[in-house]
Amino acid sequence: MQLQTMNSPFDQEQVELINRLLPMLTDNQKIWLNGYLAGSQSAATVAVQEQPGLEWYAQQGGAPVATREITILVGSHTGNCESVAKEVSKKLQDKDYQVKLTPMDEFKPKDLKKVEDLLVITSTHGDGHPPDNALALYDFLYSKRAPKLEDVRFSVLALGDSSYEFFCQTGKDFDKRLEELGANRIHARVDADLDFEEPAEEWFDGVFSVLNKDRETDRPGAPAAASGTQQTAPAEQPAYSRSNPFNAEVLENINLNGRGSNKETRHLELDLEGSGLQYEPGDSLGIVPENEDQLVDQLIAAAGWNPEDTVSINKQGDTSSLRDALITTFEITSLSKPLLEKAAAFAEGNALADLLEPENKEQLQAYIYGRDLIDLTKDFGPWQTPAAEFIKILRKIPVRLYSIASSSKANLDEVHLTVGALRYEANGRKRTGVCSTQCAERSEAGASLPVFIQSNNNFRLPENPETPIIMIGAGTGVAPYRAFMEEREETDAQGDAWLFFGEQHFVTDFLYQTEWQRWLKDGVLTKMDVAFSRDTAEKIYVQHRLMEKSQEVYQWLEAGANVYICGDEKYMAKDVHATLAAILEQEGNMSAEQAEEYLTSMRSDKRYLRDVY
Amino acid sequence: MKIKELTDIEGTPSEMEVIKDRTNYLRGNIEQSFAERLTASIPDEDTKLLKFHGSYMQDDRDIRNERAQQKLEPAYQFMIRVRLPAGVATPHQWLTMDNLANTHGNGTLKLTTRQTFQMHGILKWNMKSTIQEMNNALMDTIAACGDVNRNVMSTSNPYQSDVHGEVYDISRELSEHLLPKTRAYHEIWLDEEKVVDSNEAEEVEPMYGRYYLPRKFKIGFAIPPANDVDIYSQDLGFIAILKDGKLQGFNVTVGGGMGMTHGDTATYPQLARVIGFCPPDKVNEVGEKILTIQRDYGNRTDRKNARFKYTVDRLGLDWIRNELNTRLGWEIEQERPFQFDRNGDRYGWIESDGKWHLTLFIENGRVKDFDGYPLMTGLREIAHVHTGEFRLTANQNLIISNVTATNKEKIDALVEKYGLTDGKENSALRQNSMACVALPTCGLAMAEAERYLPVLISKIEDTLDEAGLRDEEIIIRMSGCPNSCSRPALGEIGFIGKAPGKYNMYLGAGFAGDRLNKMYRENIGEEEILATLKPIFFQFAKEREENEHFGDFVIRAGYVAPVTSGLNFHS
Repeated sequence: MQLQTMNSPFDQEQVELINRLLPMLTDNQKIWLNGYLAGSQSAATVAVQEQPGLEWYAQQGGAPVATREITILVGSHTGNCESVAKEVSKKLQDKDYQVKLTPMDEFKPKDLKKVEDLLVITSTHGDGHPPDNALALYDFLYSKRAPKLEDVRFSVLALGDSSYEFFCQTGKDFDKRLEELGANRIHARVDADLDFEEPAEEWFDGVFSVLNKDRETDRPGAPAAASGTQQTAPAEQPAYSRSNPFNAEVLENINLNGRGSNKETRHLELDLEGSGLQYEPGDSLGIVPENEDQLVDQLIAAAGWNPEDTVSINKQGDTSSLRDALITTFEITSLSKPLLEKAAAFAEGNALADLLEPENKEQLQAYIYGRDLIDLTKDFGPWQTPAAEFIKILRKIPVRLYSIASSSKANLDEVHLTVGALRYEANGRKRTGVCSTQCAERSEAGASLPVFIQSNNNFRLPENPETPIIMIGAGTGVAPYRAFMEEREETDAQGDAWLFFGEQHFVTDFLYQTEWQRWLKDGVLTKMDVAFSRDTAEKIYVQHRLMEKSQEVYQWLEAGANVYICGDEKYMAKDVHATLAAILEQEGNMSAEQAEEYLTSMRSDKRYLRDVY
Repeated sequence: MKIKELTDIEGTPSEMEVIKDRTNYLRGNIEQSFAERLTASIPDEDTKLLKFHGSYMQDDRDIRNERAQQKLEPAYQFMIRVRLPAGVATPHQWLTMDNLANTHGNGTLKLTTRQTFQMHGILKWNMKSTIQEMNNALMDTIAACGDVNRNVMSTSNPYQSDVHGEVYDISRELSEHLLPKTRAYHEIWLDEEKVVDSNEAEEVEPMYGRYYLPRKFKIGFAIPPANDVDIYSQDLGFIAILKDGKLQGFNVTVGGGMGMTHGDTATYPQLARVIGFCPPDKVNEVGEKILTIQRDYGNRTDRKNARFKYTVDRLGLDWIRNELNTRLGWEIEQERPFQFDRNGDRYGWIESDGKWHLTLFIENGRVKDFDGYPLMTGLREIAHVHTGEFRLTANQNLIISNVTATNKEKIDALVEKYGLTDGKENSALRQNSMACVALPTCGLAMAEAERYLPVLISKIEDTLDEAGLRDEEIIIRMSGCPNSCSRPALGEIGFIGKAPGKYNMYLGAGFAGDRLNKMYRENIGEEEILATLKPIFFQFAKEREENEHFGDFVIRAGYVAPVTSGLNFHS
């Protein structure tokens, strides 16, 4: 898209200069320039507007509105989709598009018919199911009540994790179903992996160029900003984010598990002073982790690489030594099918390619589970390509999100985390969680961690401080409840609170025990029930304690209590859900169906909230 | 005689008396507190009552600070003490305790200075099943602690096994006779159905009454010449009087006791004194009446002055004898002559009336599998084949008792296999050593005892070897605090903890447990202990008279003055 004197406020010479310059600029240069122009004219009285297009429109007496409204629907689990959606929405609004951004659970399915342009941004649960807040819309779309959507245009951005079998499944499902219902796909779906920033931007550029073309057609002479540029004005201080994390100093790092425990759960207190980072109870903190250097050295040795090789680490062409790149930039600790497919091209012989044959699906899954790049390199290397080429097939090291365990009201300029150190043995080697062991072993007080805030509106305290809450969590799942209690204590909220907590052993694993005891004594916490599964011959879990108190739990639900579940999804969250349903059946004389409906409506009322992983 | 009411007590009743008043014969909220799952502790008031049920709440003090930092409450746990009259246990009971220690306890057993089992590290939720399993093995923990009559002791060394058996029976009967009668224990721990109690003390606790005793009450039986039970340390003692190998009856002693408080000279260890003689069939009656004298006249306002010894010293021996005679309705007889020769144990096998008895040295009474010394396993194996009894001695040792000649070989084989020791390879000092539990579990400890005394003795042994005193029997005792569970005031060398690493050192007690020691150095650490003892040992080795014991020597040599009454302990 070229500037012309006709469609811009510039004269011919200016237009030529700009048209020569713009294609040469990188995104970063464009952002810088944008900020420079905004800043350099702020003191002057005149004339160059931050958004020349708007000015131009105004001069022309035209309305700065696109004809079709854009609806962005977000199915978010961890908040990644939400943050992408917000950025997309902002970019579009900056270009004068009419945008409506809505979490899927706040969107009335029957309004689907009224939608014009639809952007779906959704994540997928590990088992391939939609995230909690997408369930209702998903079910509606796949039901017989789903309307024909011939007038709707759409595009889907799917976020996922390629190490799972059902990678981006929910996005794929939405994409397929919208097409089946007659909607018109304006840009191909993009499936983004954990390092989703670049693919998300590409998807946006693609969508935007279509929308923009339409607008041009509709309104000849409309301005066309260079597509894909970020139009955000530079803030007074750099805004810390996923791509620009803040280096937070570790103030305290305590093992919460007593001697003799099977677990190691770290309580970290981080200093946010000067970061400008804000968070609410329920939010998560992202950490950009590094690989353990010994592991990197093992990989380099196994592959026979030279650690000092210079390699490119991104599309912008930044470079570093191979060793540094493997420590800070690339994921080496987990395998996925897409990765193996790419690696097969560099493998000598056919062994890896054979493993990828469809009939070896089960062997492939078994191989991928619990193995890492060192295993792959030992088993199928050496790679028939230089390190600099090989690492291009690696994912960026994914950030880790931890539910925040503190209230900023109670801990000014601090954020607290509860991190379970993951250590296990698999295939003859000791394995560790990248970020959790970095927190446990390489983050003593005084060290620092690159962090950012990941907002999570799906796990909030009730707006009404009087609303009772039932909090259910196992292990580190108790973290956000500590934040809740601190917040409610600090704001003097009067609502009742009931915590169900589960772990292995009372003596060693009662995380934050003395704090709960104090909150109980002070009345911030009304009731607490605990389940320690390894203290008794028969294993007792939180759901058993819930069931023991079924009558009272039911009374709380009927009194309008919010229910929170945080922690393991596969077992705990599933069993707790079944138990809640059983309680409703037993105490509320409901059928199984009615109980499910009760929970579904609690979910849509944002009274049944989950932060599970 | 009517039992006193709280209102009859002069002065303000101590807090404990108020608690006893309002807790319905030892019930309190124990049952509810043990059902609470959010803490492994129980409230303070219940901990006080729980003692009457034979248990103390404790925590692992080694990790108290560490856990506070980890946002964990202290590692609360319960010590539980068995009521085991005269320290006699069957092999089945031994196996029960062994199993409980390894399933619910900390994997060890402590043989106490009062001849019973003590188990540590039991979690709150395991207490009930622990007590029930003990009950199934015909053991209970009633009144093993608390302001009641404690475990009744009796001489272990059965070199006159007829008399020994007879005295054992009498001690057991007295123990039963002086048990509290409340059903609280049975309701709380053994699921006995609750009956609506009459609140009348005369019906519920005809002997103790509503307030039980002002303080703990300890009874022992000694069979001379053995004074292994330290009869002079008991509130009430019975010294067996024999004629031609037949039991005639008992000299009755009153007013002994060990405990005191640092810095409070109104508190002191005291030796019991003989007030007369009673025939065997009057022991229960005499025991009960003396216990009720203490019930009615003991100090209930100040627990530091509440032991029977203070009552006796305040009212005088003659008054006590008269009051006893009045309560009995008959007069106790003149005391008879007797002679003690030692309060320590004799190790190894002895034969008596065709049965064999093996005394094993158990250092500080701690039974566990040590590195390279699987003591606990060895004793378990013995319990599997043994047909007699286990006798826990007052010196924290163990007698495999009443072994038949055929079984002796099997037991000898096991002794050899597991390297169990009669202690004879140790110095005579170590064989005569005794220490209380102290750190990390005892809440009262001011300094180490059980974990430190063996280390200290090893260092003292160097000096003893140099001085040629390795085989010299010297009684050495260490307690972590002045409550004095290991009876340190009766050690020829005694240590009482003051602070971590610091002890008061006492010298000069009688070898037969008939004289108290006296403080020789205050608040000293290891270096000074060793430096102080060294010249005394060398002088002892050089200047001792024939058969002179160390405790007698230090008096003759002028290191300390003899203490024959607790009233002179501090002077």
